[in-house]
Amino acid sequence: MLEFKADLHIHTCLSPCGDLDMTPKKIIGKAKELGIGILAVTDHNSCGNVKVTQHLGEEAGLVVLPGMEITTREEVHLIAIFGEIGPLEELESFIYEGLDVPNRPEIFGYQVLVNEGEEVEGFVEPLLITASKLSLEEAVFRIKEAGGLSIAAHIDRQSYSVFSQLGFIPPGLNLDAVEVWDRSGYSRLREESIDLSRFPVLTSSDAHFLHEIGRKSTLFYIQSGAFEEVAKALRSQEGRYIKGHCGI
Amino acid sequence: MELNVENLVKAINLEVVAGGHHLNRRVKGGYCGDLLSDVMANSKEGDVWITVQTHQNIVAVAVLKEHAAIIIAGNREADPESIEKAEKEGIPLLRSPLNGFLVSGMLYKLFEQGENA
Repeated sequence: MLEFKADLHIHTCLSPCGDLDMTPKKIIGKAKELGIGILAVTDHNSCGNVKVTQHLGEEAGLVVLPGMEITTREEVHLIAIFGEIGPLEELESFIYEGLDVPNRPEIFGYQVLVNEGEEVEGFVEPLLITASKLSLEEAVFRIKEAGGLSIAAHIDRQSYSVFSQLGFIPPGLNLDAVEVWDRSGYSRLREESIDLSRFPVLTSSDAHFLHEIGRKSTLFYIQSGAFEEVAKALRSQEGRYIKGHCGI
Repeated sequence: MELNVENLVKAINLEVVAGGHHLNRRVKGGYCGDLLSDVMANSKEGDVWITVQTHQNIVAVAVLKEHAAIIIAGNREADPESIEKAEKEGIPLLRSPLNGFLVSGMLYKLFEQGENA
């Protein structure tokens, strides 16, 4: 087994709020420099820059997991992470059908698809930061059915979190983990007698700028950076586990 | 004059989606909010709660806070689980095609009239 530093919540320049410098090339360069072994690219409601980042990651010797930060109908942010891009792209096309507000880049920012050489390949038209038509339960169900992992994003933040939007985690929701933003937020939730013990905790950077990559990360004790290894660690299976959290 | 849920239903033409046997509940005030965390923290017992959220957690919040009723504004459809739960918990779940501002305004007037009556 080995120790892997993972940052499983990173935006690229495809997210309107993501800095234009967040190109796959620069992200991989930065992650490499920081010794991050596993990344998940998680743009809002889209996975258009995943493949390029994966390819560059491969060349640089780090694992890029396909991901997306879904905005549910209730405006809860939910991270989906998959082993392969296929099922994620299917989920993306389903989500796109329900996004009916066009982006206005001068207000929200550009939604840029780029290639490995950082050239602009195109722009995504619908505004990606609006709510999808999926309820939280439907989203988690679809992710599970397609073999992915569901992670409730930044649960201790005052906006777009399952707690801010829905007051509590709906009973029976099949989450694979929760992402905690900081220690005081986590303590606050626990002081409110919220039982989070059944969920593995992840810490990730939610980076929108290059300098934010890796500001928070999770240490995994696993055999390789493969998706299945991460999934096993979340379930503490076969000697795999989450070893610690950095930056919080 | 005291107001109950049935008065509200009739006065502003609300659709009763669930909890129709509990329209005699007394309404003491109102609260608008779509962040359930905020509603849990700040709404009061006896409030009629106006929201665009349709998730079943709204029923749990209404039970917890002992709300008189929930009004789903903006012509949104309640989730089937919410209807089932509201029926089970005896919480009137109401709907309006009007947006939250209009529903609140009409209710506010109704309260003023009630106080002056």
